[in-house]
Formats: sequence, structure tokens, C-alpha cells
Amino acid sequence: MIAAPIEWVIALRFMREGRMQSALIITGVTVGVAVIVFLTTLIDTLQASLIDRVLGSQAHIVVRPPEEVARRVPAAAGSGVTARVEPRAQRLRSIDQWENLYPQFSGASGVTAASPLVSGPGFAARGSASKSVVLMGIDPDRYRRIVKLDTDIVAGAYRVGGTDALIGIELAADLGIGVGDKLRVTTAEGGEDVLTVAGIFDVGSRDLNRRWVFVTLRVAQTLLDLPGGVTSIDLVVERIFDAQGIAERLQAQTGLKVESWMQTNAQLLAALRNQTISNSLIRTFVVMIVALGISSVLVVSVVQKQKEIGILRAMGASRQRIMVVFLLQGATFGLAGSLAGAGLGTVLLHVFSTIYRNADGTPIFSPEVSPRVMAVACVTAIVVGLVAAAVPARRAASLDPATAIRHG
Amino acid sequence: MAETVLRLHGVRKSYNIGTPVEVEVLHGIDLTLERGEFVALIGPSGSGKSTMLNLVGLLERPTAGRVEITGQDATALDEDAVTRLRGRSIGFVFQFHHLVPAFTAAENVAMPLMLERGHSDAAIRARALELLDRVGLAAHAHKVPGQLSGGQQQRVAIARALSFDPPLLLADEPTGNLDTVSADEAFALMREFNRRAGITFLLVTHDPRLAQRCDRIIELLDGSVLRDAPSGTALEAR
Repeated sequence: MIAAPIEWVIALRFMREGRMQSALIITGVTVGVAVIVFLTTLIDTLQASLIDRVLGSQAHIVVRPPEEVARRVPAAAGSGVTARVEPRAQRLRSIDQWENLYPQFSGASGVTAASPLVSGPGFAARGSASKSVVLMGIDPDRYRRIVKLDTDIVAGAYRVGGTDALIGIELAADLGIGVGDKLRVTTAEGGEDVLTVAGIFDVGSRDLNRRWVFVTLRVAQTLLDLPGGVTSIDLVVERIFDAQGIAERLQAQTGLKVESWMQTNAQLLAALRNQTISNSLIRTFVVMIVALGISSVLVVSVVQKQKEIGILRAMGASRQRIMVVFLLQGATFGLAGSLAGAGLGTVLLHVFSTIYRNADGTPIFSPEVSPRVMAVACVTAIVVGLVAAAVPARRAASLDPATAIRHG
Repeated sequence: MAETVLRLHGVRKSYNIGTPVEVEVLHGIDLTLERGEFVALIGPSGSGKSTMLNLVGLLERPTAGRVEITGQDATALDEDAVTRLRGRSIGFVFQFHHLVPAFTAAENVAMPLMLERGHSDAAIRARALELLDRVGLAAHAHKVPGQLSGGQQQRVAIARALSFDPPLLLADEPTGNLDTVSADEAFALMREFNRRAGITFLLVTHDPRLAQRCDRIIELLDGSVLRDAPSGTALEAR
């Protein structure tokens, strides 16, 4: 016979007796869990790769000098005051005392890398062709940890030094130049220099490929007339969604203008958030439907098993025992369905990831289900099973044995 | 013979209390059963037999009065204590046997013991097989109720009722659903347990022939005890 706890034995026998009902509800839970696992993984991986792509070419946090504001002159007694204050034009400026402030940013908690940057507008010309560009003065070793430019090099090498420069693949095409060729760069500040193309990059954005010209800090400082200065400090943080909090903290500490990627990409973030909300809505409804399914199956089972419940009560089964028997059935439906559902969800992900591919043949999303999603789905399903079973279980426990037997 | 197994003190039972259709089914029953008695409870339909059996079996609580099982006042106990007292002290045999169809004969017999202990073990299994052997069904231990005849099912039910060696066994029309041969077998079995183990039996029956074979007959009419006498006198006196 049997050695397991009696509640388990009774619960499993009852489920086996109503095996059609049990099979149907487990199938229902399976489909529900599969939908949740599939959708969550799909959306999570799509969002992650989208964020990855966006953050692939920008810093998580950018520190800039505070904006210059026009102040009213304190009004002397009796003198008139101009009614209108003209906003000041923002000229290119260096972060004041940046070398002293730098350790405060690079060493801030949550920040994993920092890199000073001198950037400003200029013109790149070859022969009669002239293009408007953004000069980016960098320290190549530090900048590599902000934007993985070294992995985006399509020709030449990731080398910035002396008058060596990196340009984008579009600019190279526009100017008709390649690795080793020269180009002349001029700025509004009157700077002028001749650079050598050491490498050509493709960061995945045509606009950036057309505009960015990477040179050394010193070259950019000279061209933009900012000797010894930097226009911004780029930071990378450990957890990308902490960026906003860290930025606010640093801004309060230093008085500089500190912006996170979450501010500069507010639209993207809103879109991601909406996606997450709609996914949560779908999940909520699926959970509700699963719960109602389990509930209704158990309610029917309690009615069908009235007589047996009455007999068990007359044989000495306490109300709690009867309650546990039905709670266990709910939990088992949840557990069995969630295990099968996690499996089905994984299969669906694999199937869909082979059907839908990027233009270059790589899968749009990775079919790997994180153990966390699995665990959350299983625990949720068990809890939902228990909660859904609560009402029928209480009903079963409150059955009056005498009535149950008489009507049996 | 002085050991009292069951005592009812002024037991009343009403249904639909506080509604316009309130009705009192039992009007103050006093009754004492001693150890080893074999008693028939008779009366026409609606006389309150089933209600009284439910009260004695602690399946329902009286509206007034006391129900004592082996000297313990069950009306003073909470729900869990009543369930435990019922499990230990009272065996039930119903007209329609009421076995749990999802379990084998042996598991059905072991059920009260398993419910008491929370799980099964070797001792319980041995006890179940021994009881099945005593009702002559050792060979059918692993069949489910659906595979047994009506008489066999009732014998399994009797074995189950005896699993705790309860001092009191309640039987509601135990032979009402059986042919005469099976009915005689079931009755003989109960008689044997009564004589050998001294178990007190309270049998509800419509069958006067069966009632006459008991030691004492209690007749209910309209919720009161009409007659309470040793068998042989009760029916003649009517």
C-alpha cells in the first residue's frame, strides 16, 4: 500500500479518479505557463538587445559643465530693471577643474568606467569635398570601455595617436578616402590640422558613421581651442537602470550637468515600459484564467466527491485534512502544469527563433529561458493553484458529514 | 456489565431554528447503552431514527441535552476533539456501505487508522489484512469496491468499522440493501464481533425479523421513545 502522508494519498487518488478533468486542467495550466514563459523571454531578450544596441554607441552617463545662465543684475534702489532676460547662447566650454573632479566620477559607486572627451563641431575636407563632422577627442584606452569602438573597426586598426584618426564608413565613402589617406579638418575656432585615417569603423548607425571623427584629446583640444580642457566625461555603470539615480546623485554632489541615458532616450524608455506593461497585463489575465480554471475543476470535484468527503469525515478525518487534500490538488495542478508549460515555452522559443531571423541570418532573439523566469513561473503556478483551491477546499472542509452521507 | 458506553440525557434536536419552518425532531431522549449490548432501533420513517443515529455518532450536535460516549461529554468538546473521539470510539456501518471507490478493500479498512496516524505503515497494513481475514475477504484485499458484490462490500464496511476496536458500533440499515443470504451473513458477523469482543451495537432497521434477533429493542415514534424492552416482549406488547 502506501507510506506517504494520507492527505497526499487521498489527493492523488481523487485526481486519478477524475483523470479526464485532471488532464484537461493540467493542459490548461501548461498552455498558460507556456504563454507566460514564451512572452516574457521574448520581450526580455528583445528589449535587452535593443538596449544593448542603443547603449553600444553611447555612454550611460554624460557629465557636462553647467549651462551658463544670464542673471538679473541686483536692482539698486530706485533704478529701473529690464523686463526681459535674454537666454545666453551656450558656447563650447571645458569642465572647470576636470582633472580634480575626475576621480570623483570614475570612483563613484556603481560606476565601472570613465573617460574624458573633447567634442565639438568641425569640417572634414578632401579636395573640394567638405563635410560637417563632430570631432571626438578621446583617450583610446579609456574610451574603449565606454563604447566598444575597437570591435567596430572594419578596416585598419583601432589606433588614435599623433595625427592618426578614426572615421566612419559613411564619411570614408563620402570623401572617397581609405586607410592611410589624409583629410584636412577645420573648426570655427580657427583650428586646422591634417589627419591620417588609421581605421574605419561601423557603429551600426549611418548618422554616427557619417559624423564622428575620433582624434586624440590633444588634437581636439587644439582644434577646438580648449587647451587642457574636456567638454564632457563619459561614464559606464554596472546596472544600466541605476544610471538615472547615480546621475542625480553626482549632479547634486558636483553641481555639474549630469545626464543619464534614460533621460536622453526617454522615448525609447517609454516604449520599453509600455511593452513591459502590456506583457504584465497579458500575464495577469493568463494567471486569472488559469486560477479560474483550477477553481472550477475543484468546485465540481468537491460536489462530485461529497459522499466520499462525508465518509472520510465520519472515519475521523478532520476539517483541516479535507482542506489540505483539496489544496494539494490545486498545488499539484499548478506544479505539473508549470513544469510542462516551461518545457512547452522553451520548445516554442526554439521553433520561433529558427523561423524569425534578422536579415543577416542571426536569430532575432535567443531561445534561452533564464532559470529565474522558470522559477518564477513555477512558484507562481503553485501559489495560484493553492489560492484557486482555497475556496473549493474550504467548501469541502465545511461539508457536514451527516448531510454528505445522507445525500450520497 | 456496569460499564456505560453511551448515555443520552434529555437530547433534543431541532432543524431550521429561528425560521418559520422550525421543527423539533427529537423531544428529549434519555437512553443508556451498556458494554456488550446488541440493540435494535426501530420506528417508522420520520420517527427520528436517522437523526438519533447522527447525534449518537457525533455527526450532528443536539440542540439541547448531553451525549456521553464512554463517559465523555461530547457536547462539551470542540470540533476537532469531537472528530478524534468519533474516530476512536465509534464505528459506522451504513446501508449503502459507503466505501471510498478510489481505494482498495484493504485501504478502505485501514482508512480510519491512516487518518488517525496521518500515514500508512506496516502495522496498519497488517491490521487491515487481519480484519479482512476475519470477515472472510482476505483474498479480495486488493480489489476496489466496484469489483466486489454488495454483501462483500458490506463486510468490508464492517471490517472498517472495527479497525479501532471501537466500544460502540452504529449500523444504519446494515442489511437493507442485501439479499437474505448476504444479510444473514452480515448479521452473523456483527453478532460474532459483539460476543467475542464485547462491542456494543446499535442497529437501525426496518426489518422486524432482524430486530427480533437483537437483545433489546428501542422503538421511536414521532421523536420520542415509545418502547424500550428486551426482544421478544416488544413486538408482542404492541
